[in-house]
Amino acid sequence: MANPGLRQAPPVESSSWLRLLPPATRFVFRGPAAAHAAAGTVFGLRLPTTPCRASMRPARAALWLGPDEHLLMAPAEDLGALRSAFASGLRDIPHSLVDVSHRQGALELRGPDAAWLLTAGCPLDLDPAAFPVGMCTRTVFAKTEIVLWRTAAEAFHVEVWRSFTAYLVGMLQEVARELPQ
Amino acid sequence: MLVIDCPYCGPRPELEFSYGGQAHIARPANPATVETSDWAAFLYLRSNTRGLHAERWRHVRGCARFFNALRDTTTDKFIATYRTGEPAPAIDSRGDR
Ligand SMILES: [Zn+2]
Repeated sequence: MANPGLRQAPPVESSSWLRLLPPATRFVFRGPAAAHAAAGTVFGLRLPTTPCRASMRPARAALWLGPDEHLLMAPAEDLGALRSAFASGLRDIPHSLVDVSHRQGALELRGPDAAWLLTAGCPLDLDPAAFPVGMCTRTVFAKTEIVLWRTAAEAFHVEVWRSFTAYLVGMLQEVARELPQ
Repeated sequence: MLVIDCPYCGPRPELEFSYGGQAHIARPANPATVETSDWAAFLYLRSNTRGLHAERWRHVRGCARFFNALRDTTTDKFIATYRTGEPAPAIDSRGDR
């Protein structure tokens, strides 16, 4: 039995532009196109087939990570129900479903400076024309890997592996010292 | 920063990618019947091209997929990228077909 204390998210000091998002259910789903449709039915949300795009509805989000790889997110309390629903709904369809709920956590960056803060460590063009609302991708921030998802014109959802959270937040807070007080 | 055109994600910064060696090297279907010298060649012998080189790249910090690229080793220019399993495009270093 894993020590639940070890699975606590590291403390993050909230600010006007940064907050730690609550724990969530996360699955990495991999499989051929035939499995996408079945997984979408079980999950209650179609998996996006357009590269680097997310689909969402209340309590569900599906992020395209690769041509046969999606990140599925739901509220933490849905974990058990979803796990058994996938097990029965995809019994005869080859696929891979990995529970990564505790591997990574999520931050939200919000406000007029959110994109500017991210560009300090992320090499992508975050102009809304190049990185519109609904776009998501795995990428890097400084020396850590992140999944970046623009949820609104001035809001980003950032997935980061648990042990890299303190590094990522520290870097962002360092960058934020440049902001006018 | 060098921009590489991922066949899945589109143009992305070089630091999201990792190099995977020369492309289009097929593993012998039945290694047990391969002569030792041929096996050594499969494992270790690679061309050291000056000019256009077909090589494997992986968009490891993006879609994580392997793909192939034609790169000019003298200029570091990527002439073309294409998906694994597709033949190398017939093209020269200027990008002319
Ligand atoms: Zn890619």
